[in-house]
Amino acid sequence: MTMMTRTLTLTASLATAMTLAAAQAHAEDAMEKCYGVAMAGQNDCAAGPGTTCAGTAAMDYQGNAWKLVPAGTCATISTPHGMGSLEPIKDM
Amino acid sequence: MPDPFTTALAAALQSGALPPGVTARDPAEAPRRFAVYRNNVAHGLSRALATRFPVIERLLGAEFFAALAPLFIAAHPPASPRLFEWGGAFPDFLRTFPPLAGLPYLADVARLELARGVAYHAADLAPLSPAALAALAVAPDTARLALHPSVQVIASDHAVGTIWAANQPGSPPRDITDRPEVVAVLRDRGLSVQVWPLTPPEAAFVTALRDSLPLLAAAQAATCHAPHFDPAPLIGRLMQAGAFIAPSKETP
Repeated sequence: MTMMTRTLTLTASLATAMTLAAAQAHAEDAMEKCYGVAMAGQNDCAAGPGTTCAGTAAMDYQGNAWKLVPAGTCATISTPHGMGSLEPIKDM
Repeated sequence: MPDPFTTALAAALQSGALPPGVTARDPAEAPRRFAVYRNNVAHGLSRALATRFPVIERLLGAEFFAALAPLFIAAHPPASPRLFEWGGAFPDFLRTFPPLAGLPYLADVARLELARGVAYHAADLAPLSPAALAALAVAPDTARLALHPSVQVIASDHAVGTIWAANQPGSPPRDITDRPEVVAVLRDRGLSVQVWPLTPPEAAFVTALRDSLPLLAAAQAATCHAPHFDPAPLIGRLMQAGAFIAPSKETP
């Protein structure tokens, strides 16, 4: 194979690979951060400043603590304080 | 710049001498109370190190690790109040610690564990959308695929990935053949940190993308190791994990 043919073959296989990957990347297992729905000690981590913060929420349904939930379900989660939120909830 | 008291306190945590300005209700008790504080700090840092490097603690044994940790803490105290930024010097410390000369793989296992922490705390960046990837597929010869900052490649002369995997809680004991291994460490869409063993062509591909090479150059690097390298499975896995992000505009 010449250099040129080899590059063309490779380019073609990349195109196939990317098209395949794009088609397979479905949103089924996508998750979203949902604020205000985690029970005390059950929150996931914001990976923000400080050391690990997973499991540090001090109270149930804390507004600035979040939990990963399947994408699209957050705003449908009902809590005693209202629905789940995609943004941190300021005051409760 | 820390204030003079903080500087003096940090020095006293190392030396054990009561820092100026520290006292107790009964001043005569101050040195003993400061010693309690100092011990708590040392113990806390030692546990933080073990939490960051659990496989190293398991490989060395808790007793050896507990004796080793204070030496590392003295040589490389945290430079930041955020402990997840601490420990970057631990792999080299292990490499050059004479009693560990017989365990040459330790430093690379520590690099892998460090990379897991970096991946976990890496910035949140939106993954490339399937539509954007499909659009790039129209011109794969000029396409660039940027990797999420969580993606790291750890190459080792030792079986770093197998050793790490065999020392996870609940893993059954098994024979390990020590040979060069490369792993990718990344955080997936579910915020779980993954450790993927890579074949040599896969390693060349991911390393090239990590070095911001165009996609075609990365694929060419992979075919140096395996002429018939098929990039589809790896691109599929990386896409599924959310490891691709939109390439930055200013790249030439």
